[in-house]
Amino acid sequence: MSFVAGCDVGSLTSKAVIMNNGRIVSSALMRSKAKPQISAEAVMGDALKKAGISMDDINFCVGTGYGRKNISFVDKTISEIACHGKGARWLVPTAKTIIDIGGQDCKAVRLDQNGSVVKFVANDKCASGTGRFLEVMARLLQVTIDELGKLSKKSNSPITLSSTCTVWAQADIIKYLNSGHKLEDIGAGVNSAMAKRAAILANSVGVEQDIIMTGGVAKNEGVVHDLEKLLGRKIKRTRKADPQTAGAIGAALFATESINGRS
Amino acid sequence: MIVAGCDIGSLSAKAVIMDNNKIMGTGIIRAGTNPFESADEVMKIALNDSDLGMDDIKVIVTTGYGKEMVPFANAAESEIVCHARGAFWNQPGVRTVIDIGGQDAKAMRLDENGKVIRYLYNDKCASGTGRFLEVMAEALEVKLEDMGKISARSKEKVVLSNQCVIFAETEVVSLVNEGKEVPDIIKGLHKAMAGRIAAMAFSIGVEDDIVMTGGGAKNSGLFNALSDSLRKPLKAMNGIDPQINGALGAALAATDIAKQSQFDGPIRRPNSTAQFDGPIRRIDKV
Repeated sequence: MSFVAGCDVGSLTSKAVIMNNGRIVSSALMRSKAKPQISAEAVMGDALKKAGISMDDINFCVGTGYGRKNISFVDKTISEIACHGKGARWLVPTAKTIIDIGGQDCKAVRLDQNGSVVKFVANDKCASGTGRFLEVMARLLQVTIDELGKLSKKSNSPITLSSTCTVWAQADIIKYLNSGHKLEDIGAGVNSAMAKRAAILANSVGVEQDIIMTGGVAKNEGVVHDLEKLLGRKIKRTRKADPQTAGAIGAALFATESINGRS
Repeated sequence: MIVAGCDIGSLSAKAVIMDNNKIMGTGIIRAGTNPFESADEVMKIALNDSDLGMDDIKVIVTTGYGKEMVPFANAAESEIVCHARGAFWNQPGVRTVIDIGGQDAKAMRLDENGKVIRYLYNDKCASGTGRFLEVMAEALEVKLEDMGKISARSKEKVVLSNQCVIFAETEVVSLVNEGKEVPDIIKGLHKAMAGRIAAMAFSIGVEDDIVMTGGGAKNSGLFNALSDSLRKPLKAMNGIDPQINGALGAALAATDIAKQSQFDGPIRRPNSTAQFDGPIRRIDKV
């Protein structure tokens, strides 16, 4: 048995994936803690427990994400872009466009047929268009992130948010709430505002099929559906693994390559 | 010839009463959700300040977010025009006006006659507007009006890496948790915000004299930080509160209208039935 691990310490969530011969043995996901090292230890501990193994059984561990430089137990760190690209191709081998929306950033990556990055744009300067936007709005609407995603389906007449800025959009939402709009219509409007921002980013790298969405927001069906409408193309869904763990999967795949290269 | 200018902003309402280009009285209040009520209230304060009554006012011009929703106004004038006029009247050498309001920021370039030749306006992104500091003041549990004073006590440099209000708020909280001193953080915030404003000003071209107006100009820390970012000295408004500059410009516009009118009495004000239906952005607490 040659276990490897990928650990993705993001700004809002931390993910760990343990693999053995290219197959996922276990994975874990949790909210990031104050320090990357603590988050990494906790999420790895969780994944190891699920796999029924210990850290000593891991032959190689690759760290990625926002906090990757601060994890003591990794053998190597690799950029998020590379790991997300790798993980996304593993989830959908024909993927050419990756739209990754994380807790505090949003990236669009276009790959060639071999999976090499052709074009890449990211937004980590403005909270709008990132998972943070949804989080702020969900809190305001007093629903969970999961519930927010489901509101789109229930809505018949989504509201339109006139502001892009998360701060101003909050004021818009309060106005809609006070004027008696339905929760599902407001929620649907929030999801569609999010999709609009993601579409702008995706279009700026040039969208080519197949398209895959990764990151936590990929689990918001409202956003995914609206984004499909805006792009005029289908987004490939995957059941292989949680799209939020794509970065950690990629990291684990790099770890596999490292030990294969070594042997 | 007594006239009034009334500036109904997103966070505050301001009024200026003028008689033959002389300021007779002023008023500033925190704006309520109804622009008409805010205008009414701030006008009463300014009239009281000048010992005059509503009947003495010949023309009233409004400006600001709520300018179209004040029934007793004779005319509404754009914020850009009013801010340029106010600053030029107060400081005839002004060529660049930078106005930091509660929910917007503007930069205007004027020619030697006070005419606006270029301007840029940001109300799309909360960063660079008064809202930025308001949110940070809340996060740091200090008063907005004390931020300038507190930042003067800074001893160590703190660099904020985020300009987005949402991200900077999180950053501020972690800086506090890391044990950074509040004065140092506030100074860092002023610098981050000044960087954002300076970028806007540079894109229209900055020429001397530069006058800073709006509520933001009352913050000495931001004033100094902006001067550093522009690498040029800034001028403060002469003898008046920089926050009333828009209302002052509106009063000057009212003077023009009054001069054109041949009647002596007040110009009959249209019986507006305007009602507030919400274009004003306001959040008290989220």
